[in-house]
Amino acid sequence: MSATTGAGGRGSTRTAAVFLSPMMAVLALVAVWPLARTIWFGFTDASLTAPGDYGLVGFANYLEAYDGAWYGILADPTWWRALANTLIFAAASVTLETVLGIAMALVLNAEFRGRGWVRAAVLVPWAIPTVVSAKMWAWMLHDQFGIVNAGLMALGLIDRPVAWLADATTALPAVILVDVWKTTPFVALLMLAALQTVPRDCYEAARVDGIPAWKVFVFITLPLIRPALAVAVVFRLLDALRVFDLVYVMTGNAEATMTLSVHARQQLVQFQDMGYGSAASTLLFLVVGLVTILWLAVLRPDRSAVAGQREGAGA
Amino acid sequence: MTRRSPLAAAGLALAVVLLLLWSLFPLYYAVLTSMESGSGIFRIRWWPEAIELGNYRALFATGAFGRSILNSVLVAVLVVTASAALGLTAAHALGRIRFPGRRLILLAVLAVSMFPQVAVLSGMFTLIRGLGLYNSLWGLALAYLLFTLPFTVWVLTTFIRELPVEIEEAAIMDGAGPFTILIRIFLPLMWPAIVTTGLIAFIIAWNEFLFALTFTLTDDMRTVPVAIALLTGGSQHELPWGMIMAASVTVTLPLVALVLVFQRRLVAGLTAGAVKG
Repeated sequence: MSATTGAGGRGSTRTAAVFLSPMMAVLALVAVWPLARTIWFGFTDASLTAPGDYGLVGFANYLEAYDGAWYGILADPTWWRALANTLIFAAASVTLETVLGIAMALVLNAEFRGRGWVRAAVLVPWAIPTVVSAKMWAWMLHDQFGIVNAGLMALGLIDRPVAWLADATTALPAVILVDVWKTTPFVALLMLAALQTVPRDCYEAARVDGIPAWKVFVFITLPLIRPALAVAVVFRLLDALRVFDLVYVMTGNAEATMTLSVHARQQLVQFQDMGYGSAASTLLFLVVGLVTILWLAVLRPDRSAVAGQREGAGA
Repeated sequence: MTRRSPLAAAGLALAVVLLLLWSLFPLYYAVLTSMESGSGIFRIRWWPEAIELGNYRALFATGAFGRSILNSVLVAVLVVTASAALGLTAAHALGRIRFPGRRLILLAVLAVSMFPQVAVLSGMFTLIRGLGLYNSLWGLALAYLLFTLPFTVWVLTTFIRELPVEIEEAAIMDGAGPFTILIRIFLPLMWPAIVTTGLIAFIIAWNEFLFALTFTLTDDMRTVPVAIALLTGGSQHELPWGMIMAASVTVTLPLVALVLVFQRRLVAGLTAGAVKG
């Protein structure tokens, strides 16, 4: 028995199996099996009303040529629109959250009176349920009675009320704004934790040498918080790519903001088309998987760093 | 406080004020709206003029919303209990016992937490129907294990690894078996981690929307996010914003209080491992 493995030893593989099997069985039931079923349904013409009664249709849900025309998700302009929306949403929200999150963390890392209270206060948007933030902002962005329009008009920035969520050009930016509002605290929190590991001496030395603040940030702070930054970005990216609640509650199934998750659920639940909807879900799974692999290949954040905060942002 | 030029001090103060406004104003405005009555809601105000609780009374008048809160609490308690029990035993094995395939299992658990929820939606729907759990709180609790379990396993495993091995070795010397060690040695030491993961699992379950929307059918089985999303007034076209804001404030304040009280612990749980990378 080695000191580093505690109770470990040859005989304890059995013990490990006993301790692990309940968790593994539950994950197999709620994750592996449903995912496998979804992928399977994607090759069928199942309907939500009678899920047991279906036939195999091969790749017809994805792409099929019939009578000289193309059918299937990959021939559906709505799906491509949803893909574009999702990618725009993810790129814009993750970029903004990262930049604002770092800025917020730098402010919170400075020493000032009442810092503890301010740190607690910035967590509030993160603590508010997504559906509630969606409703709160939908009310603030209301075209006739919204305070955002009133404020902007009072400042003379706009001369008539804007229908933020109804107008196709402003709806997606509005949804992105709310996502940024809600999840920046999470990024800031991770960045703040990373900032606090930067040794004070580094800053002292830089100050003694009279190095300008921006140089200190670029050449000392940024490299040191990079691993935590990579982790935060991966998690935010994964959450942004599968966004559903916020978009669905704020703008419903509107095409201007429809994301891949909203599109898949619409096919599945509203149109009751389980086969087609499952194929759309499978495509989303592939998109998320692809982006994850690409990102991990580019950045290679330390895997052990991926521990705790998985669900933190999305909740 | 270190030396700071007046300009830098003013800049910092301004940044802090903006930060507070940005973070708190929407909640403040929701509270303000929730206390407006009738047509008062359609006049823009920045400050409260009168405190009226009519919206809150109307919200709880039928009992449907109270029922939704109860449902959410029940589901969250079920999920937290099941995740903690399953996660603790698994973490014991993953954190303390060396066996072949351990790394692979940890990676598989991590991979599950990256699933897009929609990707399992139709499979989960047939599973829940097949088990006869459609439109029941049990079905929701089962489905929520998809996100809470991997998370709990990861955090508890990280935590259990940091506990000193000596305590456990002493127990083995005294002849304690694995279950005794788990219950008598680890459980008491693990409370901080269990509270943290339990709290986060509770928040996840409390906030979940997609499964709750899809796997429940009737008003009496709804959880609070779905109840709020589907709240409609007397007429089809006029949304009862005062009541929606009252509902929003009601389900948010306890959560905000929890987060503020457990702030340090939550931050520690959420950032566990991330900063070490």
